[in-house]
Amino acid sequence: MKLMLSVLLTAVLTENFILCKFLGICPFLGVSKKLNTAVGMSGAVIFVMALATAVTYPINKFLLVKHDLEYLQTIVFILVIAALVQFVEIVLKKFMPPLYNSLGIYLPLITTNCAVLGVVMLNIGKEFNFALSMVNSIGAGLGFMLAMVMFAGVRQKLEGCDIPKFMQGLPITLVAASLVSVSFLGFTGLVDGIFA
Amino acid sequence: MESIVLAIIIVAAIGLIAGLGLAVASKVMAVPVDEKAEKIKAVLPGANCGACGFSGCAGYAAALSEGKTKNTALCAPGGTAVSLEVAKITGLSAGSVVPSSAVVLCRGTSQNVSKRFVYSGVESCKMAAQLFGGPNSCSFGCLGYGDCAAQCEYDAIHICDGVARINPVACHACKKCVNTCPRGIIKMLPLNMAKAAVLCNNHSKGAQTRKDCSAGCIGCMKCEKTCEYGAVKVVNFCAVVDYEKCVGCGKCHEACPVKCIDIMNLKA
Repeated sequence: MKLMLSVLLTAVLTENFILCKFLGICPFLGVSKKLNTAVGMSGAVIFVMALATAVTYPINKFLLVKHDLEYLQTIVFILVIAALVQFVEIVLKKFMPPLYNSLGIYLPLITTNCAVLGVVMLNIGKEFNFALSMVNSIGAGLGFMLAMVMFAGVRQKLEGCDIPKFMQGLPITLVAASLVSVSFLGFTGLVDGIFA
Repeated sequence: MESIVLAIIIVAAIGLIAGLGLAVASKVMAVPVDEKAEKIKAVLPGANCGACGFSGCAGYAAALSEGKTKNTALCAPGGTAVSLEVAKITGLSAGSVVPSSAVVLCRGTSQNVSKRFVYSGVESCKMAAQLFGGPNSCSFGCLGYGDCAAQCEYDAIHICDGVARINPVACHACKKCVNTCPRGIIKMLPLNMAKAAVLCNNHSKGAQTRKDCSAGCIGCMKCEKTCEYGAVKVVNFCAVVDYEKCVGCGKCHEACPVKCIDIMNLKA
């Protein structure tokens, strides 16, 4: 239990996927303009990360490792995740149209997002068991949401500011993103301290 | 050698299973696309302006096809022609759209209105309006920072001498500017019809209005007394025209001491 909590906190705060590992920067800059789209996107990411881990873990353990084919991880995982997300999209469209309408646009966007692939690969790299892998992926998704929501707030403040012309648009967004990222440096050593 | 073959087999098998699974799933769980809505959407002008009250053209098309609305005459940019086309597809009756244009009801140009202070903040009406009611002496009129012009997709709005002006030829009646204006002084007026329009929204008492703007409505009631059709009423120290009753005779314009009531005959 203690280990799970430590893995969760690590994934959310000290090793935040966006702000510390710099994975998934594309949606971070692309869909953080409004709070509700940022939350919708994060919801989809959490869902896909958890699902991707649940499916790729047994494939890795019972198919790839067993036959000494670990070098196939990247290509097989991309294939499986992409197909899986497409399948989930079809199912949602049929049975849960409201959820499809709110997630629908973001689901295809994150099929092969590096953050999704990253969390799956990291789970294997850190040699987590199945339960810890799930905790780590959900934590990574929650960390993604935290960063998105925080940054959406920052960007909404930016809208009302008198920004010099040469900094308008992407430049000021990137500067703001780096400052938010610096703030996460403050969490360094937090988890080790709590669970020491 | 053996491991390469095994690798190829595994990847190919996973790909095949995923591909077949998706193919079967897309057949089994296919959601029928609403063809009627697609057809209606093709007819609509695609302005996505929201004048119909639905979320863009797709929303209106879906509402029409599902029977949520039976009014085919809601599309202002498309007008009567689109209403006829939509009626043809849906089998509903066509309606006529009275062509209209947005008009800024203000004459607060730099000659008529003075500045109370120098505003050097963000170039936005919304922002300026929040700072002591804006820099102009009149706190009801156009601020002239062009929030409406920024919203207009048809380049119909331009700021002339501190007041937004709308070109009725370019206006598509999408009402985006009407909803954007923080002062609420943009109104829709019918095209090709002579109608009286009060070019002022100042609800202060006459003496205060005089100080605010030399072209403002002072609520003297002369127009209300002159109008033979009962179309003009002074409400809260500012004249209001009932367009149903107004015939555009122009007597109120003659009676108005500040000439803030004008006869508009917008041509498009």
